[in-house]
Amino acid sequence: MQATSESDVIKLQEGFKAQALTPKQLVWRRFLRHKMAVVGVVLIIILVLYSFGGAFVFSEADANYTETSIRLSPPSAEHPFGTDTVGRDILARTIYGGQISLLIGLSAVIVEVIVGVLIGAIAGYYGGWIDGLLMRFTEAMFNIPQLFLLLVMAKFFGSKIPTIDVGNREFSGSVIVIIVIIGITSWMYLARIVRANFLSLKEREFVLAAHTTGTSNLSIIFQHILPNSIAPIIVSGTLSVANAIISEAYISFLGLGVQPPTATWGNMLEGAYNYIDSAPWMWIFPGTLIVLTVLSINFVGDGLRDALDPHALVEAK
Amino acid sequence: MTRYIIRRILQAFPLLIIISILLFVLMLNTGDPLATMGGRKATRPEDRERLSRQLGLDKPVTTQYIYWLVGNDWALVDMDGDGTPETPGARKGVLRGDFGNSLVSRGKAAYDIIMERLPNTLILMIPAEIIVIIISLLVGMYSALRQYSLIDQIITALSFIGYSMPIFFVALVSMYLFGVNFKRWGLPYLPTVGMFDPHIGKTPQQILLHMVLPILSMTIITAAGYSRFVRSQMLEVISEDYIRTARSKGLPQRMIILGHALKNAALPLVTIIGLDIPLLLGGAVVTESIFAWPGMGRLFIDHLSRSDTPVVMGILMMISIAVILAQLITDIVYAWLDPRIRYT
Repeated sequence: MQATSESDVIKLQEGFKAQALTPKQLVWRRFLRHKMAVVGVVLIIILVLYSFGGAFVFSEADANYTETSIRLSPPSAEHPFGTDTVGRDILARTIYGGQISLLIGLSAVIVEVIVGVLIGAIAGYYGGWIDGLLMRFTEAMFNIPQLFLLLVMAKFFGSKIPTIDVGNREFSGSVIVIIVIIGITSWMYLARIVRANFLSLKEREFVLAAHTTGTSNLSIIFQHILPNSIAPIIVSGTLSVANAIISEAYISFLGLGVQPPTATWGNMLEGAYNYIDSAPWMWIFPGTLIVLTVLSINFVGDGLRDALDPHALVEAK
Repeated sequence: MTRYIIRRILQAFPLLIIISILLFVLMLNTGDPLATMGGRKATRPEDRERLSRQLGLDKPVTTQYIYWLVGNDWALVDMDGDGTPETPGARKGVLRGDFGNSLVSRGKAAYDIIMERLPNTLILMIPAEIIVIIISLLVGMYSALRQYSLIDQIITALSFIGYSMPIFFVALVSMYLFGVNFKRWGLPYLPTVGMFDPHIGKTPQQILLHMVLPILSMTIITAAGYSRFVRSQMLEVISEDYIRTARSKGLPQRMIILGHALKNAALPLVTIIGLDIPLLLGGAVVTESIFAWPGMGRLFIDHLSRSDTPVVMGILMMISIAVILAQLITDIVYAWLDPRIRYT
């Protein structure tokens, strides 16, 4: 049995040798093992296709077209989701409302991450009185329930921002207001995480090394420390998208959010409780879409948390 | 411990001052409280001028804030508009317990208006919180002990859905099901809005009946998150050495779970509940609006929409104080329950 020469054995062994995975691949594999997270991603893709692809079927004029003679008509072949109090087609409105709701969710989180990371990084890196001041401010913001703060701010900015034209579409200025106020009322948690991360990382050797080579503070903060605390930022940012969508729904539901005719899933529900009995289709469809979106984002966030957990690196197969 | 408590209370004061300045500046710019004072007609310019002078709304923000904080009975106010202040002010300021008079319900103290509504919010929130705690302990414990069983998987899925639902959607669905459809099907149905049926009057049975749906909605949302938390805590605790010891000395399962594991697993829940008080109060705004419950949350929305600064500020400050107190009490209770924790 000299058929397998020594070199063949080595070749065979090499075939078995596991390819070393990069951290990115590891994260990806762990994420895929989280089945609900994958379901979440698929759902999000479907929802995005629904609200952005649907725009090719219905124009925005369809979504805002009022026809009072058919107001509050139940779902039918012509209006699959029924019509609302002024006869607008609910299907078309959930499509355009979805665009705005998703846009608000994402942009509000961008605002939140910018504010949260800046405040957390500065407080954690510089410490001392800057830290004290910023953290007192964070604590003060934390102590007012977010919804109350949101409502006061929604009233404060009110109709101070005019309607904006992007391309050939009109955006009610209230969309911008909602994005900004959700962003600036939700960064506190993120700031605390980032600060805690910076506090521990700035004592590490690589930061010391960066100092000794004369790297500037700015570069240390953004190029050396920040990339090391990106995992918790991603997780908390993802979950914040869900919160932002819910927050938008709450303020719009209470009538202080995005103003009609611009539709959002939240403001489609405003006043719907007057029609619980007579027109349930008015709230069932936008409500279900909100729940689906938030649910799938939460799944993805949960999956990311598990996948990005550095302690899990070792056990990954 | 006493020193810790005193220090925390002292720290709370600057915090409350920051909060109040922040909110006061925001509130003053939210709109025009005088616009609706003329009743159905638009307020006349001369009335507007007189009212804003008498209410002190013509003063700069800093002066208004100081009057709000410490009162103006030490200063003279120009009431008749001749340019010379002559009448001593009547306000005592928040620091002396005077939240000012409501701008909407003229002549009524903001404090009285809030206190009228506060009990209504509390009879909704306190039972809801108690039910939430009991349910999430039971559910969390059950699914931890039967980890990965079918029921555990179902509970996990349901709690994820419950956790992702905005409260108004749960409220709408439960109203639709138990209020509207049960009535349609001829089953005993639940009332959907208000605190009592005006034809029957404000009897305890009526209030209880009207409390069912709001409490149900709040329970579904909150218990979903809490039970997940209890589950993970419980899983951690039952894998510890002292539980194995208890098992090996032959203690019955019930004793191990209730006597040994539950106490340690439920501990961190105290912190979560303490931190969630603001969330609970925020949820009250939506819950009360949708169920037309005459509580503080609805009062807030109504008076915010008419820029009634004294009432809105009163509610916000009371909530901020409640939040700070809740956090302090949480810390104290936690230290008392868990002897490993010492504050200095």
